[in-house]
Amino acid sequence: MVQKAIECEQVEVLFRRGRSVQKVLHGLSLSVEPGQIVTLLGPSGCGKSTLLKVVAGLSKADGGSVKVFGAQVAQAQSKLAFVFQEAALLPWRTVWQNVKLPWEIRRNFAESELTDRMKHVLDLVGFSESDWTKKPSQLSGGMKMRASIARALITEPQLLLLDEPFAALDDMLRSKLNDLLLQIAQRTGCTMLFVTHNIAEAIYLSHRIAVFRRGLIGEEISIDLPFPRTAAMRSSPEFADYYGRVSSSLMRSAE
Amino acid sequence: MNKAPLLARILAPLFVLCIVGCTWHVAVDFFKIPAVVLPKPEAVLRGMWTERTPLLKGAWVTFQAAFLGLLCSALIGTLVAMLFSQSAWIRTALYPYVLFLQTVPIVAIAPLLIIWSGLEFRTVVLVSSIISVFPIISNVTSGLLSIDSNHLDLFRLQGASRWTTLTKLRIPSAVPSLVQGLRISGGLAVIGAIVGELFVANSGAYDGLGTIMNAMQANLRTAELMGAIAACTLLGIVLFLSVEALNRFLLRRWTIDAGFELDR
Repeated sequence: MVQKAIECEQVEVLFRRGRSVQKVLHGLSLSVEPGQIVTLLGPSGCGKSTLLKVVAGLSKADGGSVKVFGAQVAQAQSKLAFVFQEAALLPWRTVWQNVKLPWEIRRNFAESELTDRMKHVLDLVGFSESDWTKKPSQLSGGMKMRASIARALITEPQLLLLDEPFAALDDMLRSKLNDLLLQIAQRTGCTMLFVTHNIAEAIYLSHRIAVFRRGLIGEEISIDLPFPRTAAMRSSPEFADYYGRVSSSLMRSAE
Repeated sequence: MNKAPLLARILAPLFVLCIVGCTWHVAVDFFKIPAVVLPKPEAVLRGMWTERTPLLKGAWVTFQAAFLGLLCSALIGTLVAMLFSQSAWIRTALYPYVLFLQTVPIVAIAPLLIIWSGLEFRTVVLVSSIISVFPIISNVTSGLLSIDSNHLDLFRLQGASRWTTLTKLRIPSAVPSLVQGLRISGGLAVIGAIVGELFVANSGAYDGLGTIMNAMQANLRTAELMGAIAACTLLGIVLFLSVEALNRFLLRRWTIDAGFELDR
């Protein structure tokens, strides 16, 4: 049996504020195969980002179990990387130094490999050599996000968790970065769990979309469009079909 | 607010100074105020000029005391803030004692410091440090604790130790707060140095501005005393501008400047 990249069973998360307790995840179950891109879609506050943080080990589940590549989250943290909604670059570091940061902390591979890997990931996300010495304040929104993705890739994670990374970008840039993400998935074979509010983005990127409904997964929709995906697919009848299905599922979840 | 041209920014305050000087001159004549109570502005300038050598020497000594005092408070304040940033328990246990530094009337404890440390330069530095350390502790602690939650999550995900998080995230993030603290503490350090000097004035070996002011006051040399006060103000401005220059250098390096060499 192939080991699952993510296996969540009956996950419960409670938010406590003073005496009031709010249930955010109500015994949610989800599994993701290695190499798949699964998108979490749902209205604001339905628990998508919470699930992502539980899988990353940044929040604790109050019930159920979460396994990443067959191990408890704490043991699997070295296999995953997280891309935040904001680029979260350190403003006093250059692009090069920001991307290098995870290695500086983990030191999980030899220093002799570092320069090659750095060049590889910076090239992968489309940075030219003249950009390497720039500070975040000198970068556009799209470049910041690309630097953030490069930083996530430097440790060669097997699982990439992305929490609405392109929410603040315009449509043009968003679709470019969507293509970049697909390229990365293709070249690295990395599993991705992606949170977004954008239906078209979810369909374009995913093998499967999990639509949230009141702290549970209300429906899972497989996207059977072939890979590699192209911009032309966005205007195909199949894409429109999926759009309609996902959209109505989303409407039901908001009821 | 739009910035006025450079010439206007120099001329406008000078114009105000002229108005104040003229009013002062006329008021002394009109109300027949004795020179020992309030000398005319030109007498103050004359007094400054005739006493320029001791005033310059005094200003240099006071500057050194204030600078060293500020340096000590920056070092001690940052170390205390680093300790505070490690646990809420440490903050709860130690904060009242740090607050003591802020609330204690320095004039009241200066005689005690003289008993412990003597009529020495180091006592002046000590008073200057005590009076200027609180803003550093307060600002740097706040800077070390107000970290972007995404940055903290990023470090947690990499399994960063407490030390790594402190050195690679918290301390660099707190640099702008340290600079803010230094801005406030710079002025306080000058005040502390002068207060300290007023207390060690009895020592013949010391000749800071505070000591000179004490002697001039005892001899009712009001014009020279006011000249010394002006020198103190100038000293405060010099220290403030030095901190501002440091501020610009650090913040530029921390945010915009691309001058980092690639460390690869």
